[in-house]
Amino acid sequence: MSGNVVIEYFGAGLILAGGIISVLSAIGVVQFPDVYTRAHAATKSATLAVLLTLVGALVYIWVTEAYISVRLILGIIFVFITAPVAGHLTIRAAYRSGVDLAKETKEDELRKVLLSKNEES
Amino acid sequence: MIEFMLVTAITLYCISVLLALYRVVRGPSIPDRIVAMDMIGVNVISIIAAISVLFRTMAFLEAILIIGLFAFISTIALTRFLERGVIIERKRRD
Repeated sequence: MSGNVVIEYFGAGLILAGGIISVLSAIGVVQFPDVYTRAHAATKSATLAVLLTLVGALVYIWVTEAYISVRLILGIIFVFITAPVAGHLTIRAAYRSGVDLAKETKEDELRKVLLSKNEES
Repeated sequence: MIEFMLVTAITLYCISVLLALYRVVRGPSIPDRIVAMDMIGVNVISIIAAISVLFRTMAFLEAILIIGLFAFISTIALTRFLERGVIIERKRRD
């Protein structure tokens, strides 16, 4: 039965790794200068953290209870689809409603494209 | 040992929720707050998964789906309101 114990530790280790990555992304959300870089921290690494945690819970429940939880698989697929979409929509709304970029920004290519499109139409 | 790892993970998630809450309170613009609220929802999902592993129960797993759904829908509604001024657009024929 020692193989099961190893897999239990593997699942708990996945959950712990998810917690560490989540704290790193929260530090990024606090420290970065403007909303676009903050969304970079909040969307990608928080999604990775929650996926690691849900996969760890799935593995742990699979080993201890001998039960593959369909609800957890649905949650994994749902989070994996919706979190990047929500981040993209938030940043699109932020740019269109005119939130300023950080002072360190060198170049804004999207503004030129949007201006030329407005002149055409 | 496994219990210690799970409790540590839950503590780390709570710290990250608190840091995101700082950004919700402090954030200079509305999209900052939306991004931080979305991140809080994702972290609450992770906390529920870790707690259900810690208590060895499967009763909490529906809450993962429901909270994920609510976080996504509220984010979409807020961004649409911010971008267009309305949430539901009605298309009239005339």
